[in-house]
Amino acid sequence: MELIQQLVNGISLGSIYALIALGYTMVYGIVRLINFAHGDVFMIGSFVGFYAVTMLHVGFVPALLLAMASCAVLGMIIERIAYKPLRNAARIAVLITAIGVSLLIEYVTIYLRGAQPEAYPSTLMPDRNLELFGVVISSQSLFILGTSLVLMVLLQFIVHRTKIGKAMRAVSHDAEAARLMGINVDNTISATFAIGSALAGAAGVIFGIYYTKIEPLMGILPGLKAFVAAVLGGIGIIPGAMVGGLLLGVIESLVSGLGYSLWRDGAAFVILILILIFRPAGLFGKNVREKV
Amino acid sequence: MATWKRTRGFWVSVILAFAFFAVVEWLIASGTLNVFYVNTLFFMAINVMLAASLHLIIGITGQFSIGHAGFFAVGAYASAVMTMKLQLPFAVGVLTAGVAAALAGLIIGVPSLRLKGDYLAIATLGFGEIVRIALLNIDYVGGASGMTVTHMTTWPWVFACLFATILVIANFTNSTHGRACISIREDEIAADAMGINTTYYKVAAFVIGSFFAGIAGALYAHHFYIIQPSNFGFLKSFDILIFVVLGGLGSLSGAVVAAVLLTIVSTFLQNYPETRMIIYSIVLILVMLYRPTGLMGTKELSSLFKWRKAAQGGMNHGGKNTVA
Repeated sequence: MELIQQLVNGISLGSIYALIALGYTMVYGIVRLINFAHGDVFMIGSFVGFYAVTMLHVGFVPALLLAMASCAVLGMIIERIAYKPLRNAARIAVLITAIGVSLLIEYVTIYLRGAQPEAYPSTLMPDRNLELFGVVISSQSLFILGTSLVLMVLLQFIVHRTKIGKAMRAVSHDAEAARLMGINVDNTISATFAIGSALAGAAGVIFGIYYTKIEPLMGILPGLKAFVAAVLGGIGIIPGAMVGGLLLGVIESLVSGLGYSLWRDGAAFVILILILIFRPAGLFGKNVREKV
Repeated sequence: MATWKRTRGFWVSVILAFAFFAVVEWLIASGTLNVFYVNTLFFMAINVMLAASLHLIIGITGQFSIGHAGFFAVGAYASAVMTMKLQLPFAVGVLTAGVAAALAGLIIGVPSLRLKGDYLAIATLGFGEIVRIALLNIDYVGGASGMTVTHMTTWPWVFACLFATILVIANFTNSTHGRACISIREDEIAADAMGINTTYYKVAAFVIGSFFAGIAGALYAHHFYIIQPSNFGFLKSFDILIFVVLGGLGSLSGAVVAAVLLTIVSTFLQNYPETRMIIYSIVLILVMLYRPTGLMGTKELSSLFKWRKAAQGGMNHGGKNTVA
């Protein structure tokens, strides 16, 4: 029973990772960039949700939508200012810019509101425990899982059934050919950043509800772990990010369930190094041979 | 005579370096430099060592490593265990630090060879985090509260280590081995096709780079009285990366100058850590957007100003012959 309990916790945690990982994977798939600032977009989403609830006194759904919208705008701004001028630059330059943007968002937030943590209001979501075959499941974890699933289905719909989704797939396949076919590559990339960042914003609000405590540097570790999740599933592959996120959450919960809770953060990075060594393309990826 | 002409710059740099050492030693002994300046100087030297060692990995060999603080941490803790737990002399501590970090470099270097670019970067980042989390969980070295370490770092030690670092890295770059590393940076497949053992040289760069990062760690541990895992997070790795990138990837003197300048800047902004990080990040973004080659590009200081070098206080000795 203990095991199933941990499994349930792991799936809730994993769905948060999966939401963040989706943004990483979409952006990587389309511009081959590890968007280090993604974890900080997640943090901003969490704070927007928090201020929406405490200052505007709105409920869960409006707060979630507000956080998603502001993160989408933030993501587009970041892309336009910092990444777009570097589209043809060396990879290392782009990666370092991403690190710079990440530090900038973190410390501007600290500068504006201080580094002190904030507690999410617990009234946002009813916390009742559900007992199912002897396993206690909090209504919160179910709600988190439900929200993530809805968002993921929505994302699948956007990517596979809409025009912009088709454009995104085309650009990620071959940006040059897509441009020749009349697709506006810049707008498509902006849309990708917007969608990915909106998902991160939603993850931020959910994270706040689940863990209660939020602070300006909270995005770093979940951001890195979500990246691990994206690599685990095969970076650039959307279902891979979902599976990778859930898997990572479950593994982490099992590690803490076995009594090594202090090593929990290490587990993600050990997985990362193992997967990079033995299957760099990820679980769902195909190996691509390098040609001269 | 021809040999003298070729190595003249090198010997002049060495003499300048020793003159700098003697002057500073005299200033410290006579008490002209107060504790604050000595602290800044030591910190500067440690940062220069870190920057130079990362320069070898990123700037020369082109292997993008962003977990350098991990090696730094291994060195710091290894030396602290030697001197504090086993009561061995400082020299043993420094040497152990270097060897332990080099071993860590070997361990991370060998499997990482299968990775390139972004993936390598993330793997090294993961390595740095694993080191930090491991230190946090090992009670023998104090866990989160860290270890207290006696102050043993003196100016002659700092100078000797700094001198050795710069000398080895500059001469390595100029050697056959260094050329091989540069060819890997330029085009790994072509280098391989030309018969260069790319695996060997990539590991070598990792091992040498992490060796000196470890030594810097030993100096750091024995200077600041206390070491904690939180001092070695990836913000530290980014700090080191910023030195190398701002200085110009592929330029040793660029990395050295950037380390010196940024240490001075961060010393002045010590009381405003947020402002410091905001300035850092904005500078980083702007440099990448408008001058992605960094301050120096791949040029060395000596190729720009023949005489300005002396005014830099001998910090750039040895980099003279490097035109990477």
